[in-house]
This record gives sequence, structure tokens and C-alpha cells, in this order.
Amino acid sequence: MSVLMLLAVVAVLAVAAFLLARQRALASVQGNPKDLHSLPGYYGWYGAVSVLIPAFAALVLWLILQPMVIEARISATLPADLVADATRAELTLADVRRVASGLDTAVATGALSESEVQALGTATTDVRALLAESGVALAAEVSPEVLAAAQDYRAQSHWGAAGRTALVLVLAVLGLFWGVTRARPEFRARNQVERVILALLITASSIAVLTTVGIVWSMVSETFDFFSKYPFQDFFFSLTWSPNFRGGSDLGIIPLIWGTLYITLVSMLVAVPIGLFAAIYLAEYASRRTRAWVKPLIEIIAGIPTVVFGIFALVTVGPALRDYFAEPLGLGNSGSSVMTAGIVIGILNIPFISSLSDDIINAVPQSLRDGSLGLGATKSETVKQVILPAALPGIVGAVLMAASRAIGETMIVVMGAGAAAKLSLNPFEAMTTMTVKIVGQLTGDTDFAAPETLVAFALGMTLFVITLGLNIFALWIVRKYREQYE
Amino acid sequence: MTDISAAGLPRPKQSILTASDRMKRRNAAEVRFRAYGLIAIAIALTTLAIMLFTIFRDGVSAFHQATLTFPMELSAETLDPQGNRNRDEMAKVTTIGYQKVLSGALLAELAARGIVQEGVSDKQIGDLISKDAAGQLRAEVLANPEMIGTTIDATVLAAGRVDGFLKGRVTLGTAERDNQISPDQLLLVEKLQAAGIVKSSWNWGFFTNPDASDQRPEAAGLGVALLGSAYMMLMVLVMCVPVGVAASIYLEEFAPRNRWTDAIEVNISNLAAVPSIVFGILGLAIFINFAGLPQSAPLVGALVLSLMTLPTIIIATRAAIRAVPPSIRDAALGVGASKMQTVFHHVLPLAMPGILTGTILGLATALGETAPLLLIGMVAFVDNYPSAPPEGFLDPATALPVQVYSWASRADPAFIERSNGAIIVLLVFLVVMNVAAILLRRRFERRW
Repeated sequence: MSVLMLLAVVAVLAVAAFLLARQRALASVQGNPKDLHSLPGYYGWYGAVSVLIPAFAALVLWLILQPMVIEARISATLPADLVADATRAELTLADVRRVASGLDTAVATGALSESEVQALGTATTDVRALLAESGVALAAEVSPEVLAAAQDYRAQSHWGAAGRTALVLVLAVLGLFWGVTRARPEFRARNQVERVILALLITASSIAVLTTVGIVWSMVSETFDFFSKYPFQDFFFSLTWSPNFRGGSDLGIIPLIWGTLYITLVSMLVAVPIGLFAAIYLAEYASRRTRAWVKPLIEIIAGIPTVVFGIFALVTVGPALRDYFAEPLGLGNSGSSVMTAGIVIGILNIPFISSLSDDIINAVPQSLRDGSLGLGATKSETVKQVILPAALPGIVGAVLMAASRAIGETMIVVMGAGAAAKLSLNPFEAMTTMTVKIVGQLTGDTDFAAPETLVAFALGMTLFVITLGLNIFALWIVRKYREQYE
Repeated sequence: MTDISAAGLPRPKQSILTASDRMKRRNAAEVRFRAYGLIAIAIALTTLAIMLFTIFRDGVSAFHQATLTFPMELSAETLDPQGNRNRDEMAKVTTIGYQKVLSGALLAELAARGIVQEGVSDKQIGDLISKDAAGQLRAEVLANPEMIGTTIDATVLAAGRVDGFLKGRVTLGTAERDNQISPDQLLLVEKLQAAGIVKSSWNWGFFTNPDASDQRPEAAGLGVALLGSAYMMLMVLVMCVPVGVAASIYLEEFAPRNRWTDAIEVNISNLAAVPSIVFGILGLAIFINFAGLPQSAPLVGALVLSLMTLPTIIIATRAAIRAVPPSIRDAALGVGASKMQTVFHHVLPLAMPGILTGTILGLATALGETAPLLLIGMVAFVDNYPSAPPEGFLDPATALPVQVYSWASRADPAFIERSNGAIIVLLVFLVVMNVAAILLRRRFERRW
């Protein structure tokens, strides 16, 4: 029975359990729900839950464990030279799986019968050609050991599937009996059901933590793998980045960090003044009507996907900067450059800075403004000498968060910054960033044993640490220096 | 205390009704400061306007497409040499055979209508037809063998350069430096246009066709990308909303203040700030390498986007739940509801509009996200539609924003037009989602 079919059967059993348990609870009090501890529906839910939870848990565990157990048993029967080391064993097992799934397809399409598959031998038939006919392409000839192992694998998988179906159905039926027999008037069904719901709620909220654990774990393990193949002092202190998939690469992070920080600097030079002045104008000068129109318009920028900004950098900003600035000034002839990416990221960050600063400026109490104006200060003097100092921690926090977004921005730099890792001061030259190189090293065919691929995980780890650090620092500044009014 | 001030200070020599130099300076500074604010807003809005303008200028033409219409005889000798309408026999005629039929029919039509152009060879006339047209015709004929032997009024795609000429992207000047088209061919196209053989019409294929290879931009469409994005959004909705709402209910209504819940809170706010590409690395390492799911599958994309969207949805849902006044909870508890009943029967329905708004906005962000999808292989060239769900969730597909990126990185400028066209489609979806969220908020917003 397939997994979907099994799930359907379990669902039907759960519905049956709901109806039976509810029925039984009502029958036990001669149809008068006032004599029950809980509402009748809760007895029904208890029945359904006691079918679903054990059956589901067993199914998930079985689906995770079965391949592991079978593969361990198969690799124990394989000859020693095929499983000499970890990568070799992994490749052999992948072959076994492919041949086994190929045989499955052949049986499913009717090219072979079940008994023919079992009698198959490499001496008598060309297995590769046979599988190619049923649409499964194999890279190499099938060795007798692999074929035998694949036949073994299929047999064990079939037994596994049968065992899975039996176990899940038995558990579901047992759960049904358990849930229905407990439906008695004095049974506290609501409390039990609510405990299950609470457990589900807690599990859901733990997924956020699991995600973080997953991020850290996925990057840390591969990063360690990378540093076991490539010395970490070369990674952190080497000044050249020239990956070479034939080996002998220089994977120094410094040019990438320089490119990232340079682009971030340019973007902040664009975003901070524009965002801040826009926020001040909207909060202090603009009429209610202007504000109601302009604020959403600026926030539209934040809702546009970054790939659109990438196209804007590639098609409009890059060529314009090249034709009107870089070439007349003799600074280069590249459309993709630090300036291109920096300016476009800056535009992307304007609404981020302006709406955060706007909120912070609005949070400064009116009494401070009134006091300053009452002493004869002009409006701009009030802003510069009273409001901005009061709002400074929040604004610094917003700027740091915007910087962290600029550092982690990917699409704009992929399309607008270029791919050459350089240490240069010329802002019209193409440079590259950590995110560009992560994309570059991980797209296309990747070999997870090569340091040239694994370096992407080390870059990702660095990026994660930098952005997380900036965010925590920003929150810390906001908390530490926040003025508490009233 | 009050009498000190009057004695020491010099009397101002000037009336307060005329501004002193210092006051003039201060007022000028005030005007300047105000102008800076206006300039900042003007810069922000102008850039937005320029960006949208360039996208629409370059992209609107993608919705029109040049086609050639001419009568074509599907002769049985060439297309079905055995004469028995057997599909397997007919399949032996390759696309090259169909290409010859197409260009032969076009040449015959030109001869019949008396359209001639100096310096254009027969092969060059055949090149005006898209290389994709032969494949489409072949598929059509193989699907309906009874077409053979009849004469049909064929409407086929014109080559990408012809399409560009009609849209003004290709001119006689650029054609001189182009090895795919000659100025003479373009002059012929002008005559064909006058004769009504070449015309530009609404491009449905842009929404339904799969991607096409570098040489045939005219056939490239968004079909696979739209399907992939739709699959992913569906799965994000199914996976993300229940989990996000459940997590928010727990954190707002049930969580005790302890280390574990503090850790969850800090985690959620930090996850919202993690760069999206890091989620791509997570997807590659865990879902593809560790769990062994296939590359380019919408399922993996949806998992990654769900993890990315979850913090946004949790933050929005918590705000919506917090906005329900405590008196509602007190009233429910007071008439004997349990804590769980209070939440599910009273708080949640009242918070629903806020939750929906947050969910729609979260989905809109997920729809436009590109970077993590590049890492899990969705940038690959896919020209087969994924099959129907649930198997289709594991078939290779692309997504709308990824298609924008992959077209933008191709050499032929015709793909930049397609890329901008795809952006317009993407923006239309985003505008619809955002407007829905705003309307929902307006309609159900409630001040307690």
C-alpha cells in the first residue's frame, strides 16, 4: 500500500473513531449531554486523536528509519572493495538505488515481470540496455554485485513497505479501540484534547528555533569540512580569490569582504541622507494630506522584489553611470561596478530607513518640541538640536539594520556589481561580494568534496555571523540608550 | 530673581518687526533644511518613477508578438511517406522536414503574391520563420494526423529579429552588424507587413509556453515559471499559515515567561533579519543534500520560502492577537469557557482579518524572492511542464522571479524584453495581493 493510500485509510479510521466515540459517550448518558464531563464533540476528538497520533508517529519514524536500516544491511553484504571508504560506499549505494528504482519502473511499465526481475543476471542479460528501454539511463555497466544488491534492496523494501502498512494499521485500529472505550461520562475528554492541542502549539513555536539550529548546523558542519581541506589562515588572510576547480585555488576572503563593505558604504551614503531627510520632512513639515500620499508611495519601493532592482541596475543605472561618469572621467568602462550596485541598494534601503526613522521621530514627545519652539528656536533648530539627539539611538539602530540588509543583499549585486574579486579603491570598477560568490560557487553542478564548493558554506557562515552581529548590536544600542519618556 | 535681567543686557538697537542679520540667517537655514527634505522625497519618488517607467517601456512589447500567416499545404508525400497515417511512421519525419514544408509554403505564397526583394536568398526567407515553428507544427500534425493532405492557413511565430524589427528594437542600422538578419530581409519584412502576411498580435504564448533556448527568444514564455510559482505559493500557504498561527497563539496566549520562550522570541526576531540567501544554503544542505529531495523541485523551494516567511507571519499574527482587547477574553472566561475555547472561539475569529493581511503580505514577499531559489537549482533550464500535484511538486520547475533573472543574464536583447515583461506580470500579482491586503484591512479594521 502506498503512503498516500495509507494516510487515506488512517484518515477514514479517524473519522470513524470520531463518530463512534461521540456516539458512545452520548449513548452512555441516554442522549443527555448535561451528564457528560465535556461536550460530546470532545469525546469524538479524543477518539480521532488517539487514531491519528500513534499512527502518524509510527509512519514518520518508519519512513526515516527504513532506508537507513536497509542501506546498512545492503552495504554489509557488498564486497569490501566497493565500500572501501565513505565516498566509494556512497557512490555504490547510489548505483544500487538507481538500479533498484529502474527495475521498479520496468515492472510498473510492464517491460518485465516480477519473476523475471528476480531471475535477472548480468551474465545472461544486458541490464543497462534493458533499463534504458524503460527510460532509466545508467552511467555505467551494472556489475553482478550491484545487481544482486539491487535485487536484495528491492526485496527488503517490499518487506519494509508491508511491515509499515501492517504496523500503522494495527496502531490505528488499537487507537480507535482505546479512544472509543474511554468515552465514558466521567472521562475528562476536553482536558485531554486541550493538552494535545497545546502540545501541537508548542511544537509549532519550536520550529523557529529548529530553523536557526538547522541554519547553524548546516553551515557549521560544511564549514569544518572546508577548513579540514583548506587552511583557515589562508581563507581569512589571503589577498587573492581565484577558485580553480582543477585544484590549487586561492580562496582568500579579504577581497570579497572589501567589495561587500565598499558597496555597503556607497549604499549607506545614498540611503541615510535621503531616508533621514524624507523621514524628517514627513514627520515634522508635511501636511496630513501630503503624508497620507507620500508615505505609502515611498513604501512601494520596499515591496518591489530585489530582482527588479537587479534589472534596473543592469539595464539602466549601470550603462548610465558608465556613459556619463566612468568613461568621461577615465575611471573604467564597466557597466557593473561598486557605484551601480551601491546606488541601487541605497534606493532599496531608503524606505527601510525612512519608515523606521519616521516612527522613532514620532515617538519623541510633543512636549520637547513645544519647549524648544517656545524658547524661540526655529523648526529646523528644534529638529537638529532637540529631536535628533533624542531619537539618535533609534536612528543608529535603523542605520545598522539597513547596513546588515545591504551586506546580505544578493540579487542586486549578482546583477550589478560584477564577478571579479579585486582590491581597488576605484568605485567605477567591477568588484564582487560574498553573496555573489556564494551564488557563483553553489549554482550549477557542484561537487561537495571540493573546497571550491565548500567555501560557499564558510562564506555563508561569515555572512550570517556579520549580519546577526550587526542586528544584535543595533538592538543593544536601541535598548541601552533609549530615552524613557513618562 | 526677576530684576537681574533688565539691568545688564544691552537694549536691542533694532525693531523686532524687521529681521536682524542673524534672524535672516536662521530663517534661510530653515528654508534650506525644508528644501533638503523635499529634495530627498523628490529623489526617492523620481527613482521609483524612472524604474517603473523603464520596466514598462521595455516590457510592454513582450505582450505582443510578430507572426506570419500564410496558406500551407501539408502534403502527404513529405509528411507521411508510408501513406498509412501511422503515428510511429510519421514521427520519423524530423523537425527539419517540417521546416522545409514551412519555408516552401512561405516561398510559394511570396511567389503567388508577387512579392520580391533583391538580395534575399530562399534560405534567408525561410529564416524569417521562427526555428520553433517547425517543432510546434510537427507536434500539432502528430496529434491530428487527419490534417495531412489538407491546406491550412498557418499562423506561425516569426523569428526573434523580425519581432524586434516590428517593435523597433532591430533597425536597418543594427541589422548590418547582425549575422542573424540582413537589411534586405528587413525590407522584405516591411513588404510582407504591407501585404498582411506579417503582423503583430497579442501574445498568449508568453503566458503559456515554457522557456526556450538562447536562439529562439520569440518562443520563450512564462508557463513553467507561473506553474512553479503557483505550486510554491500553494505549499507555502499550506505549510506556513497553520504553523505560524499556532506558534503565535502559543507565544501570545499560553507561553509562560521562561528561558525557552525567551529563546524562541529572540530567535524569531533574529530570523526575520537573516539574509535570504542563508535560507538557500540551509535548503541546499538540509533538504537536498541531507534529506535527498530532488533539485529544482517546487517542494524544496516552498520549504525554504516557508522557513523564510514564517517569522513575518508570526510577527503579524502576534500583533493581530495582541490587538484583541483583554475584556473579550475575560468575558469568555467569565461565562465558563476554558482557556483553549476562549482563544479558538473568540480571540482567533476577531484577529482573523489582521492575520489574513499579514499572511497576504508575507506571501507577496515570498513570491518575489529569488536568491534562495538560485541555490536550490530552480535557475536550471526547464522546458517541460511539471505534472499535476502531488507528483508535480517534485518535478523540476522554475519560479517567476528566477525566470526574470535567468532571462536577464542571456545575451540576446530580446530576452531583456521578455525579462521586463515577466517583471510586469510579477508586479501585477504583487499589486493585486497588496491591494487585497489593504482592502481587507479597511473593511474589517476595528478600533476597540
